[in-house]
Amino acid sequence: MADGELLIRNGVVYDPINGVKGEKKDICIRDGKIVESVTNPKVIDAEGRVVMPGGVDIHAHIAGGKVNAGRIMRPEDGRKGVEAKTSVCRVQSGYSIPNTFATGYRYAKMGYTFVMEAAMPPLAARHTHEELVDIPILDNAAMPLIDNNWMTLEYIKSGDTDLLAAYVAWIIKATKGYGVKIVNPGGTEAWAWGKNCDLHDTVPYFDVTPAEIVKGLAEATEKYEMPHSVHVHGNMLGHPGNFEVTTDTYDLVKGIKPYRDRPAMHATHTQFHAYGGTSWGDFESQATHIANYVNDNDHVSIDIGSIILGDTTTMTADGPMEYSLYQITGRKWTNLDVELETGSGITPFMYSGKSPVNTVQWAIGQELALLIKDPWKVALTTDHPNAGPFIGYPIIISMLMSKKRRDESAEDMHKVIFDRTELPSIDREYDLNEIAIITRGMTAKTLGLAEHGKGHLGVGADADIAIYDMSPEERDAGKIQKAFLNTKYTIKAGEVVVKDGEVVAAPPGRTIFVTPECEQSLMDEMLVTLKDKFDKYYSVTFNNYPVQDAYLPHPFEIKAPMRG
Amino acid sequence: MVEITDVVCSLCGCVCDDIVLEVENNEVVKVKRGACSVGKSKLLGHERIKSPMIRENGELKECSYDEAIKKAAEILYKSRRPLLYGWSSTVCEADSAGIELAEDIGGVVDNTATVCHGPSVLAIQDVGIPSCTLGEIKNRADLIIYWGANPAQAHANHMKRYSYVSKGYWTAEGKKGKKLVVVDVRKTMTSKMADVFVQVEQGKDYQVFSALRAILRGHEDVVPDKVAGVPKAQLLEVANMVKEAKFGITFFGMGVTQSGARHNNIVNAIQFTRAAHLHGKWSIMPMRGHYNVTGFNQICCWQTGFPYSVDLSRGYAWYNPGETSSTDLLYREECDAALIIASDPGAHFPGAALRHLAKIPVIQIDPFANPTTEFADVVIPAAISGIESEGGVYRMDNIPLRLRKILETDYYVPDEEIVERIHAEVRALREKEAE
Repeated sequence: MADGELLIRNGVVYDPINGVKGEKKDICIRDGKIVESVTNPKVIDAEGRVVMPGGVDIHAHIAGGKVNAGRIMRPEDGRKGVEAKTSVCRVQSGYSIPNTFATGYRYAKMGYTFVMEAAMPPLAARHTHEELVDIPILDNAAMPLIDNNWMTLEYIKSGDTDLLAAYVAWIIKATKGYGVKIVNPGGTEAWAWGKNCDLHDTVPYFDVTPAEIVKGLAEATEKYEMPHSVHVHGNMLGHPGNFEVTTDTYDLVKGIKPYRDRPAMHATHTQFHAYGGTSWGDFESQATHIANYVNDNDHVSIDIGSIILGDTTTMTADGPMEYSLYQITGRKWTNLDVELETGSGITPFMYSGKSPVNTVQWAIGQELALLIKDPWKVALTTDHPNAGPFIGYPIIISMLMSKKRRDESAEDMHKVIFDRTELPSIDREYDLNEIAIITRGMTAKTLGLAEHGKGHLGVGADADIAIYDMSPEERDAGKIQKAFLNTKYTIKAGEVVVKDGEVVAAPPGRTIFVTPECEQSLMDEMLVTLKDKFDKYYSVTFNNYPVQDAYLPHPFEIKAPMRG
Repeated sequence: MVEITDVVCSLCGCVCDDIVLEVENNEVVKVKRGACSVGKSKLLGHERIKSPMIRENGELKECSYDEAIKKAAEILYKSRRPLLYGWSSTVCEADSAGIELAEDIGGVVDNTATVCHGPSVLAIQDVGIPSCTLGEIKNRADLIIYWGANPAQAHANHMKRYSYVSKGYWTAEGKKGKKLVVVDVRKTMTSKMADVFVQVEQGKDYQVFSALRAILRGHEDVVPDKVAGVPKAQLLEVANMVKEAKFGITFFGMGVTQSGARHNNIVNAIQFTRAAHLHGKWSIMPMRGHYNVTGFNQICCWQTGFPYSVDLSRGYAWYNPGETSSTDLLYREECDAALIIASDPGAHFPGAALRHLAKIPVIQIDPFANPTTEFADVVIPAAISGIESEGGVYRMDNIPLRLRKILETDYYVPDEEIVERIHAEVRALREKEAE
């Protein structure tokens, strides 16, 4: 946090959470926060330029075991992004899996100041936190995987939702995590035996279904004043014809009353879950089906997981999915199953506009953003690096803002784009206010971070600000893309960290974690079962499991009491 | 007397974390539970380097920490091609400080993997690696293969805690419900326990992996009567065991990484695992030696983009093992100074590499004297990580654990602090020259 005062003068401000839609305004900053007025500030002249709150990424894989397994496996990706150290910056490398330093610098250059690490294996949580500490500038948080854990499966089976809630509280606390992440519920446990699960299959040996897991965890989450809902990567990701499984999964939380003004489920990288057809041969977009559902219902929000063409590194706790992908490509494949909890797989992938399947996938992400009417239900993501690296966000922004650019790009794609997707027939263009919603307003609100100062520019908010070198009237897609790739200024907690597209300061970011507060008697009862798991089945001890405070040198705690 | 539980062992890649100690008057008096005999001996303590030392006229002379650190900084600051090697028997925090120092002075940073499981990393870069945590094996594995590894002596708790002898959810009967296959060039303590011992001719493991792959993929007709000294009948027997297993694991050691076809052996071992996976669930895991050799590879990769042998002389990270690996740099007589930390190249490097290392100024940071001390020019004793200082480490299956501080030391300085103090001195020298 920077001491002193700063004034950003005459920018055209987009601050959707506070209803500011492109107004010429001054922004006053003191000691890292937005304030009403300043007396003797340094001045940044933003005359005629677009000003937004710092970007808030709701879902990306930037730190931890599988990200680094990707780096270890792919020196060829590392070499793509090498940049020398500077007086401010450490060495940089990587394109789809940049090193930790480059991750911080490149996000900051795009005007982002918060990123959610989307999947933290609890047993390896220390690793995730170690990497988060080494990502400069960005505030961050990480969501532990809780849906294939034996404790969860057993409590779902026995129907002890209170004890399940106690376990959820314990594991979020033990991992210094942010919320409940679900990835292929039941399917990853099945993968430990080389199998997989559909939504209503029975998980081998555990006698529960993925549908029961999702519902049970959503109920357990809402027993606390949790900032964020369950964050769901459902079953059958990437399978042709999975669109009905996707909306059936959304249906599971229909009756659940969320703690606050957010949906009871965030469904992530929806592009991968919006597939029609019965095989890769008749593969087609079902974005309309998903969009209609989201338009008609308020209990689910989504992020798009849009494709960036080119080479990337796919990685997910959905082990069986990565194995299928590797069987298709025959490229390298890494798998890391984690005892009693989860798994992960990693394999490189090339998205090509010449491929009919990739073309349909490419269209779906954009269709979702354009067909869902209310931008407060949609977030921009690429499920970095699965559908493409985060560095491609400006490409997607320019596509959503320009029908002309989409039409030009469609000409270069496989011709299936015209008969297996709706994209060419959609005329809608996003305006800058809507872009600000899907990149900061909606994401900060859905994550429950707005009241903690993220994603808006109201008095008291963190002085995290992006100033883009473009006028609000700009319509040239190429210029829009360029402006969103490198800011004129990025300000983090009141400090200028990027100027004219160069990183000029790299302060450490904070790690935000949630502490759900469970009734002690429930916790004690749950701990008897949990300690038995450690004694008999874990390969580490109960006392060595929780993440020590040393791993969070810049912590920010959000308490989540039990709901009355 | 105080009993301390959940002590995390800082010896080998097993990183056992259930050790119980008795401490009295700031000394470990008894290892009550958990440690193997080698771990026990480390925990109970033995001869230390007593003081920092600087070599003068061929003799190591005792000096203060400040003097030794200053001297080390001068050597590194003057060097045009420094090598910063070791990093495997210390904590992540020290590794991180070392990578930052190497980056600042344009050095080459490398760890012991370069003469150990480096070939495994190269194989992973070729084909990836299907693996899992050790607890998965404890709970599920019904067939265990040790290939070119002798855990009964080198990782003495491995079988008991994690594999053949351990008990878990689907393996409640311990070794009764499991099968053990050992592949090695000679009989070992481990092979004596095996259901099947496959004795392969020295340096010919590659052929045995190939033969097993062929059988698992339905091409047993191409396998000759004998492969690398192993009768076809025995290969068919092992392949059948693989096919029948529900959950199998291959642990491989330096018997395969550092013999014959080197990294190609491991590529083939991984391809064998993929072939086995067509019949059941299969994983494969390197038997990492030092307790944090895995951790250095992790940190080096998230910080520089590459896991070891990283040359930072260009200002960015350049990775090309064979060119940028320590032994190759030394063969070419390229380095003009070396910082050796938490390792012993004096005992483990090939002669040609050592000859050059002995010629150049060498800084050693280590709690214990070893053959490297014999030619080191500056010797800086360190606190023992996991006994006198805490810090992060990664077990052989990439699971991060935190070493605990058990005893106080009012004298010895932790590795991390030594490296940071050297770095501070280097910066001071640079500023002085700029004036």
